[in-house]
Amino acid sequence: MSEAAIATITPTPAVAARSFEAAKDKVSVRDLRFYYGDTLALKGITLALETRKVTAFIGPSGCGKSTLLRVLNRMYDLYPNQRAEGEVMLDGENILSPRQDLNLLRARVGMVFQKPTPFPMSIFDNIAFGIQLYERLPRSEIADRVEAALTRAALWSEVKDKLRASGLSLSGGQQQRLCIARTIAARPEVVLFDEPCSALDPISTSKIEELIDELKSDYTIAIVTHNMQQAARVSDYTAFMYLGELVEFGETAKMFMAPADKRTQDYITGRFG
Amino acid sequence: MNAALYHRRRRRSRIVMVLSVAATAFGALWLVLILGTLVWNGAAGLSLAVFAENTPPPGSAGGLANAIVGSVILTIFGIVIGTPIGILAGTWMAEYGRYSPLSTVIRFVNDILLSAPSIVIGLFVYEILVVSMGHFSAWAGGAALAMLVIPVVVRTTEDMLLLVPNTLREAGAAIGAPRWKIIASVGYRAARSGILTGILLAVARITGETAPLLFTALNNQFWSLDPNQPMASLPVTIFQFALSPYADWQQLAWTGALIVTFAVLTLNIVARVLSNLGGSK
Repeated sequence: MSEAAIATITPTPAVAARSFEAAKDKVSVRDLRFYYGDTLALKGITLALETRKVTAFIGPSGCGKSTLLRVLNRMYDLYPNQRAEGEVMLDGENILSPRQDLNLLRARVGMVFQKPTPFPMSIFDNIAFGIQLYERLPRSEIADRVEAALTRAALWSEVKDKLRASGLSLSGGQQQRLCIARTIAARPEVVLFDEPCSALDPISTSKIEELIDELKSDYTIAIVTHNMQQAARVSDYTAFMYLGELVEFGETAKMFMAPADKRTQDYITGRFG
Repeated sequence: MNAALYHRRRRRSRIVMVLSVAATAFGALWLVLILGTLVWNGAAGLSLAVFAENTPPPGSAGGLANAIVGSVILTIFGIVIGTPIGILAGTWMAEYGRYSPLSTVIRFVNDILLSAPSIVIGLFVYEILVVSMGHFSAWAGGAALAMLVIPVVVRTTEDMLLLVPNTLREAGAAIGAPRWKIIASVGYRAARSGILTGILLAVARITGETAPLLFTALNNQFWSLDPNQPMASLPVTIFQFALSPYADWQQLAWTGALIVTFAVLTLNIVARVLSNLGGSK
């Protein structure tokens, strides 16, 4: 936060509190309905992603958790016959508005996918590509940013001697960390993870989980996962979804210890899904 | 176990296998015979003069230099005109217009163009270019060849871009890359070897084409690099010399056929190797 901003919020406690309220939720979703053609996949979702916290979306396959994630950066817009209704506010602006510039939105809301998706280019270029989209920087500064991103993604020591090698030559876990580095190098504000570990071995999985925990000091994070232990380990808040509805949403610890809804309890104790 | 049934099926399997092998051998036999005849008759006439001297009048010595160079120039014209159009059209169909009904129509029309008799294309270019310019020219020949290149390149570009997984496009979009940037930096890169293979196959196809050149570039007995003039080419020269009653012309036709065949064969092999390299990556 800039000094000017701090100065404006310090005078009275009331103003400070309100500003805190406004900054508390990075993204707030209100009455979101999503359609695949005529099929209603999200039936009025309302929740918020708190700034610099990790929110996990859990639920059985087909419950709409990935769909919800893909609304947050409007990834669904790449495909015909998919549409969202309702309100998704990012810093107070409705990103579902047709006036929203999608490229700028996605530069602010990054996404990491289930399968690692390195571009068919060198490790260095994989990351420089995103940096150069919206910034014109001297070569040396780009190199610094690439190193910083790879370091942040805990990959630098493994690839620093082969930055010119193809991104496809890395192992699956390394590729996924490369994709995370690529995402944060572009300096987004929100990072969406769509089952980032489901294609990875346990060691790579724990590295990614540590990374997510480390990243939340700077980014607002949402993660879709099938793995309830993972949700319990990495998230501050958990949303349990079922058949396109948000069944329960709250602090992760509370939800796993004492779920309010019978369906949540059945799901997290492994009775279905 | 029913032994009689088992043996009956085994016998049937043998018979089908023998028939398939025989069919394969039958096809391969003709290919070997064609290549053998070509080498047998063509190699006799191979000499430095073939590449150094122009097509001769009947009864005197000469080579195919003007026809070889003419073929190369016409092929380059065809590729330089046809490839960008083909790649751009294929890109539209696979990327921007993927879900548009218009791209289905264009795909259908393109497939018709792909199998259109090349002589029809030659006549078409004759009507619109040769007649309006008033004379045969290498430009017209290149235009006719370009019309053969376009559908091949459109098809391969579209197919190769469709093979690029959507997850890569999403990954590009996910960091805020605009559509054109994703196509240029990610799509083309992933599909590069396939698109190159398509261009090489198009080169191989037009290198051996005779019909579209008969009414457009015509032929030229002399050395000419002027695209406004008629230009010699190997296929048309082969056509003319092979039908002539002169033994030395017939020999040059065999040699020309050998050169064209091996040029096309080499291109096909290079294309195959390239696409394998792309596939194993």
